[in-house]
This record gives sequence, structure tokens and C-alpha cells, in this order.
Amino acid sequence: MAMQTKQTQDRPSTDRIEKRFEVRAPRARVWRAIADANEFGAWFGLKLEGAFAPGRAVRGRLTIAKYDHLTLELQIERIDPEHYFSYRWHPYAIDPKVDYSTEPTTLVEFRLDEMEGGTSTAVTIVESGFDRIPLARRAEAFRMNDAGWASQAKKLAQYVA
Amino acid sequence: MSPSRAAAFKLPDAAPLFAALGDTRRLGLLGRLSADGPLSIRRLSEGTGVTRQAVTRHLEALGRAGLVRDARRGRERVFALDAKRLEIARQYLDRVAAQWDAAADRLKAFVEDTRHH
Repeated sequence: MAMQTKQTQDRPSTDRIEKRFEVRAPRARVWRAIADANEFGAWFGLKLEGAFAPGRAVRGRLTIAKYDHLTLELQIERIDPEHYFSYRWHPYAIDPKVDYSTEPTTLVEFRLDEMEGGTSTAVTIVESGFDRIPLARRAEAFRMNDAGWASQAKKLAQYVA
Repeated sequence: MSPSRAAAFKLPDAAPLFAALGDTRRLGLLGRLSADGPLSIRRLSEGTGVTRQAVTRHLEALGRAGLVRDARRGRERVFALDAKRLEIARQYLDRVAAQWDAAADRLKAFVEDTRHH
């Protein structure tokens, strides 16, 4: 699938990521999959307790294998029907023993644009604010994931050693 | 990964890296160290119109954020870039990006599956 990640070549950002991809469905259908908490949970892998509304904090337990002991909280920011949806959360809050609530959050934004006469939709996902996340916490993200990141952790260990 | 390796990832402090970068003078010092390699405080102060004391303070702020390291060379203190932290920040973002790639694939599959319409 065609996926673009925007990064400035000369000075790569460590603060934000941006994904833009096309979904073969009308915008109204894609919107429902993002703004309806049940549908969002279905593809994201999250069992959310309650509907999305601006200013509301919606909690949910992850349904992804190996992570189903973890609860996330989405602080809903803005809902602009069929165009824009945003929330804040604590990225990689995957250590149940850590209280992340006092730490800065990142902003996750979804933007929808109609394509090809309405049969297709361009989805843009931006997550930003990582530079405010303590670096030690970012380094821990490698430590916390035991399986998939083993090779990354090894690479990192070479830097830290 | 061995426990000692795991412990190595617990960095000593949580000082926000980019707060240290939020100063044109400090960015300038990083630029010099990046271009010219390890330099003494004397060399870093030359021609800048800034006192050695001020340059030292900026370098120490960069040091606390883990961006530079210092060493003694004879009677001089020499500073050099420490790329580890920037590398951690960059690799972390790669991990986050990979997770969003996977989530985007799931969103696309979910929406395009007519059973969900």
C-alpha cells in the first residue's frame, strides 16, 4: 500500500510523524471508522468505554495480543465532522507500573480529503509533540518491547554502551 | 537482552532535550562542534563577542541535555558532540511511525471490507 512519511531530508524532525494514504471508500464511511469509538476500537485494537466528544477523556483496554493488560486514555480535542478529528494521549505508555499522567502528551490528528469524485478518501495522520516527551521515556520504549524490537534494542545498545 | 543491557536504557535524567536547543547561541555552538569537531572553550568563544563564561554556561546546558561531552586536554576543557540522544529520538520516532503504518493498514482493511458497511 502506498504510504508516505514526510520528513525533511536535511534535518529530520524528531517531533512529528505524518502518514498519508488512500482508502477506497467514501469519506462518510471513513469518517465513521475514525469518529465512532466502537469502530475506531475495532481497527485500532482498543475496547473503548464511551463515545468520542470534544473535551472528553475516553479510556479503553487494548485488545492486541500481549498488550491486552494495558489501558489507554484518549483526551478528545476537536471533532469537525467528516474533515478532522484529534486527541491527545501518552505515546507508548506501555509500562503499567508507571504513572504517565504528569508527563506531556502528544497530539494525534486525522484529516480526511475526498478523492476521485468521492469514491476514495485520502487519510492524513499526524502525531506531534514528541520532543516534549522525556528522552529517557523515549529510550524506554525500546526496552519495554521485548520481541519485535530486539534488533532495534541491540542497535541502540551499541550507542549507549 | 540481558538485564545489564536493559538497565543501560534507563538514561540518568529526563531533561527535555529540545529545551536545551531552544536558544540560537546554543544551536550555533552545536553547529560549530558539528562542523569542526571537538573544540576548546577558548576556540568556541573566539570572534563571537560572547565571554568564555557565557559560552561555558551554554555548553554546560547542552551537556546536561546529553548533547555534548567534555574532556580535559591539558589545561583546556574540550567539548564534542554526543550524537547518542539525537539517535535515540530518531529511532523512537521510527518505532512510532512503524506502529502508525500498521494501524493505517488495519484502518484501510476495516473500511474497505464491505462486511463492515
